[in-house]
Amino acid sequence: MTTPSHTAPQRPLAAQPPSPAGGAPTPLESPPQVSWPHKNLLGLEDLTAAEILHLLDTAKAFEDVSTRSVKKVPALRGRVVVNLFFEDSTRTRMSFSLAAQRLSADVIDFSEKTSSLNKGESVRDTVRNIEAMGVDLIVVRHGAAGVPHLIARNVQCSVINAGDGRHEHPTQGLLDIYTMRQVKSRIAGLKVAIVGDVVNSRVARSNIHGLTRLGAEVTLVGPTTLAPRSFERFGVRVCHDFDSVIGEFDVINMLRIQRERIASNVFPSLGEYSRLFGLSNERMKRAKADVLVMHPGPVNRGIEMSPEVADGARSAILRQVTNGLAVRMAAMFLCKQAGEAT
Amino acid sequence: MTTRLLIRRGRVIDPTQGIDEIADVTLAHGKVAAIGRAAEQPGDQVIDASGKIVCPGLIDMHVHLREPGNEDAETIASGAAAAVAGGFTSIVCMPNTKPALDTEAMIEFVYRQADRARSCNVFPIGAITKGREGKELAEIGQMVRAGAVAFSDDGVGIASATVMLRALQYVGMFNRPIIQHCEDADLAAGGCMNAGFTATRLGLPGIPAAAEELMVQRDLLLAESTGCAYHVAHISTAGAVQLVRDAKRRGIRVTTEVCPHHLLLTDEFVEQYDTNYKMNPPLRSKTDVDACIAGVADGTIDCLITDHAPHGREGKELDFQAAPFGIVGLEVALGLFAKALVAPGHLNWNQLIARMTTAPARILGLRKGSLALSGDGDVTIIDPDLPWTVDTSLFQSKSRNCPYEGWPLVGRATHTIVGGELKFALEGSPSSMVA
Repeated sequence: MTTPSHTAPQRPLAAQPPSPAGGAPTPLESPPQVSWPHKNLLGLEDLTAAEILHLLDTAKAFEDVSTRSVKKVPALRGRVVVNLFFEDSTRTRMSFSLAAQRLSADVIDFSEKTSSLNKGESVRDTVRNIEAMGVDLIVVRHGAAGVPHLIARNVQCSVINAGDGRHEHPTQGLLDIYTMRQVKSRIAGLKVAIVGDVVNSRVARSNIHGLTRLGAEVTLVGPTTLAPRSFERFGVRVCHDFDSVIGEFDVINMLRIQRERIASNVFPSLGEYSRLFGLSNERMKRAKADVLVMHPGPVNRGIEMSPEVADGARSAILRQVTNGLAVRMAAMFLCKQAGEAT
Repeated sequence: MTTRLLIRRGRVIDPTQGIDEIADVTLAHGKVAAIGRAAEQPGDQVIDASGKIVCPGLIDMHVHLREPGNEDAETIASGAAAAVAGGFTSIVCMPNTKPALDTEAMIEFVYRQADRARSCNVFPIGAITKGREGKELAEIGQMVRAGAVAFSDDGVGIASATVMLRALQYVGMFNRPIIQHCEDADLAAGGCMNAGFTATRLGLPGIPAAAEELMVQRDLLLAESTGCAYHVAHISTAGAVQLVRDAKRRGIRVTTEVCPHHLLLTDEFVEQYDTNYKMNPPLRSKTDVDACIAGVADGTIDCLITDHAPHGREGKELDFQAAPFGIVGLEVALGLFAKALVAPGHLNWNQLIARMTTAPARILGLRKGSLALSGDGDVTIIDPDLPWTVDTSLFQSKSRNCPYEGWPLVGRATHTIVGGELKFALEGSPSSMVA
């Protein structure tokens, strides 16, 4: 711990994550306000390549916490994190909870399935009440795009977006990119396919922003109703014929298909979708031998991909879940630290 | 009581009489008494208008006053106060209140509340269908008798082509226009901003331009077959402007109007999910903005309106998808139109004034919008060179949902005179009495 005689404003040592094995200097040794100036993590669109890499490196430093016998560091000891989930997501909420607990924070779960049209108590009132209880960091998921931004405008504490409508899911994007870098050792020049319901996917948008910023070549694959050409303005390629391009990719990131899309006529049946855009065993034979298969989960087995592919050697699905912890620890740690530096 | 109001040495512009000259305007007994040199008499109220424009009182034919039903956001009195502060002597209010203005009694209620407010003229528009539900025609004839100046279900379009055809046939009998909010509800369903790249980026559901254009096209066919006067409310897309332009060439009785925000802002302003940029029709693309400006310049778009749509803070502080559509506009419209149309040279002041006075009066059949002798003494005095900054905290409107906070503008009404009475004088622009 720092002593009271310390004059320079410096974070207590206890707040530093452990150095990674090997002893190489980590980016954490540079002042965080330079590498990571953001109090909030609302989307990857707002981040520079250097900031994304800094977060990934920080996550790497946290990675081995999960393999220790005592899976905790004191980085956020005495701090309070609220998981504010207006939309169900057991997995993401558990991942954020566990990540916060590994940083020694106190965690409160707040789930409320309020309709965004319910004016009884606005989101603004809810978060102001929560903050008044002395909360340091709010993790928010909401079915409407922009709610994390609305919250960030109304509170002093840090805000992390855990998925807002069809907009962004930045920690999912980061853990996807983290996993790609872990397996492929690079992002720049990597050929990545994002396959499926791109239009309605917050995971896709965060992936697109993060991957293009880091120099990957991104191709969106799906029917015209779900992967429209208008996405080309993000600097990606759009393709509607999976078979003609499948052999090109180093990474194939499959998106989850919602059955209710059939009702809105974006495709005629799950069977047809699966035949055209699913990752079957047959189609996998045309992919690169070392292709990395990813999925944000939960997988509709037999629709987005066959069970053999989902559980196969090329699949990184469980690794993504594991990496989610380290990435979320890094996001909470950096945002909290930047918030306290200002 | 003051018998006469003299407006001295202003540049008098009256498009109805082809007047554009330096002159005095004398108002007496609530009417225009003379234009030309006037001698002062004891007891006269005098306004020095040198360096300013003196014109017929501005008319806004598209405002929402929220009374009855949502008096927290606006009342007829507060809306009228905002109107005179913006230079408007007459406003025309839409029937989408709660309950809707869909009966004779509701129309009379608006006139009575406006009378009590003793501010500007307020003319109500009656609903086309009962409860604005788009199904059964409201008692249109009785509302005409009570003084409804036009009919509209504004806020929503009439989805059924059959109901629209019947409405055009029936309203045509009273020689009143139908004002249509052109939006195909099915195509627009769930949308909260223009369908374009910004909506894709922000992950917000979009309203395509085709939603507006489809209904304009359908209605033009129906209007042509009935001969009823048809007015497209708050036009916003390049395609709709072209449809109206072509229809006018074919001789169809169609008119239209445009808001300042569809001339100055694009959907790219919807950054950070700021709900002050959420309106219906939504902010469109640069192509659409350019087409609207061209439509005003060539006369396809007849008049300029605000679509003043006040909402309380608690509404606009919801998330973007949940927040209501609409922004306030009465107190900033003149400066915004000057910025969008006069400063770049698309219109001169003469033409701008015609679009804000003569045109709406003609469309609605109001005996307003002119400085003709013995006409109502409704006059707006404008300083076309006055620089000012938008400060929403000074608004007379009860609501503050305005995206222009802090904008520097040039040109503003300094005096608003309704029926010969000075209802608004900008601070520092007083009048004096002759002793």
